[in-house]
Amino acid sequence: MTANRTVPAASRPTRSDQRPASWLARRVPRTRGARRAALAGWLFVLPALLMYAVFVLQPLALTIQYSLYRWNGVGPATWVGLSNYVTVLRDPDLLGTVINSFKLVLFYSVVPVTLGLLTATVIHRVAAGRFGSVTRTVLFLPQVIPLVAAGIIWGWLLSLPGLVNQILTAVGLGDTTRAWLGDFDTALPAVGLIGIWVLLGFCTVLLLAGMSKIDPALFESARIDGASWLQEFVSVTLPSLKYEIGVCLTVTVVAALAAFDIVYVSTGGGPGNSTAVPGIQIYILAFLERQVGLASALAVILMLLVIVMILPIQRLSREDRS
Amino acid sequence: MFLAALLAGCAGAGSGGPQPGGSTAANAEAPTCGTEPVVLNATFETGFDLPFKLSEEFTRQYPNVTWDIKQDQFQNLINATPRLLSGDNPPDLIRLPTMVSLVKDGLLKNLDGYAAGFGWDKWPAAQLAQNRVATDGTRGSGSLYAMGLNYSLTGVFYNKELAAQVGMTKPPATMADFDAVLAAAKGKGILPIMVWNASSSGGGLAFPLQQLMAAYGPTQPINDWIFQKPGATIDTPSNLQAAEHLERWIKAGYFPTDANAIQYTDANARFRGGEGLFIFNGDWENANYDKDMAGKVGFLIFPPKEQGGSVAAMSSPLTYGIAANAKNAGCAAFFFNWVATNEQARKINVSVGGSNPGGPADLAIPSVASGSVTNDTLAAGAKVAESNGAMDFIANATGSIFAQGWTPELQKVVGDRQGAAGLLTAVQAEYKRELEQGS
Repeated sequence: MTANRTVPAASRPTRSDQRPASWLARRVPRTRGARRAALAGWLFVLPALLMYAVFVLQPLALTIQYSLYRWNGVGPATWVGLSNYVTVLRDPDLLGTVINSFKLVLFYSVVPVTLGLLTATVIHRVAAGRFGSVTRTVLFLPQVIPLVAAGIIWGWLLSLPGLVNQILTAVGLGDTTRAWLGDFDTALPAVGLIGIWVLLGFCTVLLLAGMSKIDPALFESARIDGASWLQEFVSVTLPSLKYEIGVCLTVTVVAALAAFDIVYVSTGGGPGNSTAVPGIQIYILAFLERQVGLASALAVILMLLVIVMILPIQRLSREDRS
Repeated sequence: MFLAALLAGCAGAGSGGPQPGGSTAANAEAPTCGTEPVVLNATFETGFDLPFKLSEEFTRQYPNVTWDIKQDQFQNLINATPRLLSGDNPPDLIRLPTMVSLVKDGLLKNLDGYAAGFGWDKWPAAQLAQNRVATDGTRGSGSLYAMGLNYSLTGVFYNKELAAQVGMTKPPATMADFDAVLAAAKGKGILPIMVWNASSSGGGLAFPLQQLMAAYGPTQPINDWIFQKPGATIDTPSNLQAAEHLERWIKAGYFPTDANAIQYTDANARFRGGEGLFIFNGDWENANYDKDMAGKVGFLIFPPKEQGGSVAAMSSPLTYGIAANAKNAGCAAFFFNWVATNEQARKINVSVGGSNPGGPADLAIPSVASGSVTNDTLAAGAKVAESNGAMDFIANATGSIFAQGWTPELQKVVGDRQGAAGLLTAVQAEYKRELEQGS
């Protein structure tokens, strides 16, 4: 249990680091020097803040505004209040995309974080040297490849004449071959697999970095106390990685809920609507149907969904900070 | 959040008010490009040589006209067209993915004045019908808002070597004959029909479906539905027979098992590589088929239900329009007229585009190299015109009926999750929803 108290302090900024900031905040108005420092601070922040306001806050406000109108993007807009939201919540096809994106969370988030933890532990324990860094690099490579290219190549690999089916046939599993991205039962898991491939490396590298910051003395004392590998993992590694796991979950859950590129390129939302996700629907509504209001309403709902999913993760991973 | 921001960012760029001036009819006029330097501002579709070649020839004949050409993928043009037309530098010539909403927003120039001036209204009426929009927003009649650079034709391409193997010595005369050829191919282990049906390319099964619809019933109700005539429905008894026929083909294994994962380019590559006796496609692929299957590819019109019955085919103009506020609208209209009537332009149109150049009925269609499949498609086009069987494509009825209706529902039929009746009901419901929710 010492781990819980000590490790976070060593692995990341804690209460003692934050104190000067809050102290400063309380006393700023009282001295001229501090006031100038605060002004300088604002000046430093200003360019970024300006960009943020123009490219994030303003579009966000506009999206919320559009969501209250019926508008085709060019002609006059008609105020419709919340009726776009009612349409989204009543249309089973639109709601279905939200359900699909929750299924994707399993593949984009749960699997990569779990596998990432295992991989990072193995690399950390047995392959800290050159082999470890090679493994890390290989696993991280998908992060460097543009997702559209990844989607196209996976499309080839998973097609009926593709490499995956060739391998299956070669090892005697010819009966299981199919067009993985064109089959109603396998399309979503196949898209999920591409997500795992992309995100596993990111999670592994992040978790590995977190592990390397854990005080080795903790592992040593756990081993002296006779802890098994599993006990060590549960009592030392996991609690120390709370923050990193939180970051992994946040990034991957957002990637799942806001998925667009991989799905658009590999399946386009098909077959049927089996891989349709909100991102694709927003695109179709806004740019093919030219229903900017309805598309904006779905976008706002998606944003709220992301926030609702992310906030608890953030709270959990930061809870011992406050 | 990114999506929300992205969406707002994109939509915000096009937030200009309604543009005036598009819907007023002009007086009859037949302008020229003059002698002063003119720079035509054009937006072409990436991947198709024809407009580029035509623009080069035009400048050769009229050296005072030069071009500022932007190009983009068709899919991107669908998104970008309203903003390009309403922007500060509206194009003089632009490839149009859809028309009705652009006309409603007053973004396209009314071409009635040019049609009267140049005499386009004396050309075969069917040529211009698809580019007319009535005041109630239905297509097919009313004022002219676009012109076709040429008129494509769809039908059935076949692999001559495989046809010989299954004993098909002449094009099937009836639908039953066609069915017999399909069965014979299947019996010999030859894939009867290659098709694409992946979402990213759109459901290619809509091609054979529409041919079957036109074989079982008249074309007029199909066109009415595409042109959004009030009360039109796709869910008719004869269309149900057609959908059931297609379902039988699917169940009989006449299409590739991985159809739902095959994209347009893959399907054509596999057909050119010898996989599949037939492929339902359009004459825009002529040049590609000629290149890889020289002399080994033929084209037939889908046969009628009864022997000697009238034939039908999807035929649509390669639609280009002029922005309502275009700076050189007159010169662009002159270009349209030149494309359809100039001998050299018509030659380029047939040899590069592979399609009928249209224009006045008394102008001969330029000759094509013998052995080219273009000979077959041009001859087929004449037959379709004779029986007045030209249809627009059911995927063009609304902006997203293909992406939201036909494609997913046809995929479900392939995956055995939807039947023929359900297919038509679902697409009709989607059509209704889009018309109600759309502007």
